[in-house]
Amino acid sequence: MLKYANPTFFLRLVAAALPWLWGATVLTLCAGLYMTFLVAPADYQQGETVRIMYIHVPAAWLSMFIYTVMTLSALGTLVWRHPLADASQQAAAPLGAGFTFICLVTGSLWGKPMWGTWWVWDARLTSVLVLFLIYLGLIALWNTIEEPLKAARAAAILTLVGVVNIPIIKFSVDWWNTLHQPASVLRMGGPAIHPTMLWPLLVMAVGASLLFLCLHLMGVRNEILRRRLRRMSYLAAEAADHVLEPQPEARA
Amino acid sequence: MKAFAALFSRELRLANRAGGGGAMGVVFFLILVTIVPFAIGPDLNLLARIGPAILWIAALLSTLLGLDRLFLSDHEDGSLDLLEMADTPLEVVVLVKCLAHWAVTGLPLVLAAPLFGLMLALEGDALWGVTASLLAGTPALTFIGAIGAALTVSLRRGGLLMAILVLPFTVPVLIFGVSAAAAASGGTVPFLTPFLILCALSLASMALAPFAAAAALRSGG
Repeated sequence: MLKYANPTFFLRLVAAALPWLWGATVLTLCAGLYMTFLVAPADYQQGETVRIMYIHVPAAWLSMFIYTVMTLSALGTLVWRHPLADASQQAAAPLGAGFTFICLVTGSLWGKPMWGTWWVWDARLTSVLVLFLIYLGLIALWNTIEEPLKAARAAAILTLVGVVNIPIIKFSVDWWNTLHQPASVLRMGGPAIHPTMLWPLLVMAVGASLLFLCLHLMGVRNEILRRRLRRMSYLAAEAADHVLEPQPEARA
Repeated sequence: MKAFAALFSRELRLANRAGGGGAMGVVFFLILVTIVPFAIGPDLNLLARIGPAILWIAALLSTLLGLDRLFLSDHEDGSLDLLEMADTPLEVVVLVKCLAHWAVTGLPLVLAAPLFGLMLALEGDALWGVTASLLAGTPALTFIGAIGAALTVSLRRGGLLMAILVLPFTVPVLIFGVSAAAAASGGTVPFLTPFLILCALSLASMALAPFAAAAALRSGG
């Protein structure tokens, strides 16, 4: 772990691994989309619109997974002061917000033909909306506090406070009477979904996770470069200060 | 214990001297309760049905606006640094400050709620139900809000950001508060169920929020 704390080493690692990761992402997503449109069967009740599920469900899984990644990074910041943990948190927040947004929008588009409504205030949709608001709050916090170290610690605290929402989202369909369907994949007793639908779902989930991994690594890399730029601009300003400042003797 | 009492009385005295804290919160509460019928229309039946919700939202927003003064003045004159360096743990300091803050801003809202509830055509059981739910729930609002106040204490115009950070976490308090208030006037849900959950939320936030807020104060200000 300590070896990876060196930003330069991390940058070299990312530069070497990223093309392969992008390749794997594109392959998996292409396979997943192929399976979604050409292999998976249409639902007997919902017809072709069920194919939204293959985007909606991976996006939902990823929105919670990314928050977990952010929580672990937050622990890295607060407990171990790992230098890359700050950048990892900061890079993950917009990605999490994006996937949550995709989840909410695709769910809404699916709900209109299925349930007859764009939105309903049941436990699952409300708690995911709260997750989206927490992501937006974190992004706002990152953008408002200028000093990167302070911002990282403040965001870490807020992330840890908000992690209580994740089990609420997961179990909301079990604890409350909701319009959203109950858990079908990750539940006691195994998946309740047929393999012809389960496999495309899992492939899309893996593809989406790889996409997140690529974007996240790029985000962390960009954040490291951004901080170097910030440091360099400070040093340049300081150097210019020495040049422009009149000599003390010349005043008086 | 002496430190506890000393800090508590300091907060109360400062709030009285600075003036307006509790009273302004109640006035803002009144203004919100006044504005809503202008937007919704004066239909008393409708107002009575959503009265508890209006009172709860108004209490939430009044608390939110009052949270600015929880840490800001201490941060500006340096007392917060002194409190951080004191022997008393920062978590206890935050606990006492929040309790005093609730006594000055939250409690007046609770006392004013029956009066404003009458303006919204609430009566009898509904009135006492909403007052009881506010009494049990406003401490949770203050303590959860303290986390946001601590996170944004060093920002100059952090008011809106604090609201964005705090509001998602106050949603459960709002849900159970309105549920308890509505259950008091009859219906299928017994009053005690959401009321006890509301008490639990308050007690849990009293126990846990000081830790988060103290961590935020240490890392930020």
